[in-house]
Amino acid sequence: MHEITVVANIIDIAEQEARKAGAYSVIAIDIEIGKLSCIEKAAFDFAWKHGVRNTMLEKAERTTHYIPGKATCKTCGEVFELSELFEPCPHCGGYLSEVLEGNELKVRSLRIEETNNI
Amino acid sequence: MCITCGCGTDSAHIVTEGHDHDHHHPHDHDHQHHHHSQGHEHSHQDVNGRLITLEKDILHENDLLAARNRGYLDAKKIFAINMVSSPGSGKTMLLERTLTDLKNEISFSVIEGDQNTSLDADRIRQTGTKAVQINTGKGCHLDAHMVLHAIRDLEPPDNSILFIENVGNLVCPSMFDLGENERAVIFSVTEGDDKPIKYPDMFHTSGVCVINKSDLLPYVSFNVERAIENAKKINPELTFFTTSCTTGEGLDEWYDWLRSNVHKPVTG
Repeated sequence: MHEITVVANIIDIAEQEARKAGAYSVIAIDIEIGKLSCIEKAAFDFAWKHGVRNTMLEKAERTTHYIPGKATCKTCGEVFELSELFEPCPHCGGYLSEVLEGNELKVRSLRIEETNNI
Repeated sequence: MCITCGCGTDSAHIVTEGHDHDHHHPHDHDHQHHHHSQGHEHSHQDVNGRLITLEKDILHENDLLAARNRGYLDAKKIFAINMVSSPGSGKTMLLERTLTDLKNEISFSVIEGDQNTSLDADRIRQTGTKAVQINTGKGCHLDAHMVLHAIRDLEPPDNSILFIENVGNLVCPSMFDLGENERAVIFSVTEGDDKPIKYPDMFHTSGVCVINKSDLLPYVSFNVERAIENAKKINPELTFFTTSCTTGEGLDEWYDWLRSNVHKPVTG
């Protein structure tokens, strides 16, 4: 359940930035998770649901962008999409590749509420 | 509150020989159950709030502390190896053998990570090597912050090798850089030769792969060639060792690799 750690880190980052901006709460958050990044969606959703309680993100609408895996083959140079780390290059069949995209774990943006208008 | 790191709410427990104390680390928030189904219960009337663009890496804090650990280790010419595996692969036994056989030749120190108990650190100390135990409690991995405090307690000597035995878990520790020089994944022949493709992330992020308990090969349907082939599909650049701490098979190669990574003291 490293997803709990990841959620806790997102909350820390978001609350820190929101406080710095003088926010009352976070209305929405945009995050990026690479599909090769070792995050299990169900575990992440579970960790999120329970992790945001009593934080500024409790009512935040979360948009998660899942980034597909992309690699370049170190043997033939082919750039290809992959859903698992052990997929061979579709052009030459080689396994020596470098992941270009799909390892992302990022907070893209926040939308904050600056006063309590509820 | 940790002054160095400004960290937060929860604590990992670090046990040095002779004294115990807690260090806070920024994990594990309150996870009480509640019934707010996230996303769509709130109204959208307030959706016009101010947008803040961040583009910030979620593991940024860990990575900063890992870089700090790495800098410290580099300055003292300490070669640090993060030992990762599932529980029961023989990590501690491999360390006991290594420390016993090489202690007159190389300076070692050990950080032990487990959810509970200091049993592993006690085993390491039996070999005469200095060790600290980190108890992660419910945590399923070590992070750079825990290791920072453990290194501070341990004070590993210059030109030594530092082993960091991670929590037995073949998934979670792969995401957390501790500041190590090398990551070694250990798996035993009783676990099956398909382990690398079942748990690819750990093999992808490691530089060394130790196939352990080779003395049990006659009793299990584990094919070493196939295991290596599977691991190479994930990471063609892995260096392999096949070892048995019972018969001593393969340990000489492992020891030569360790010797080759000790920074030699500056002379003259």
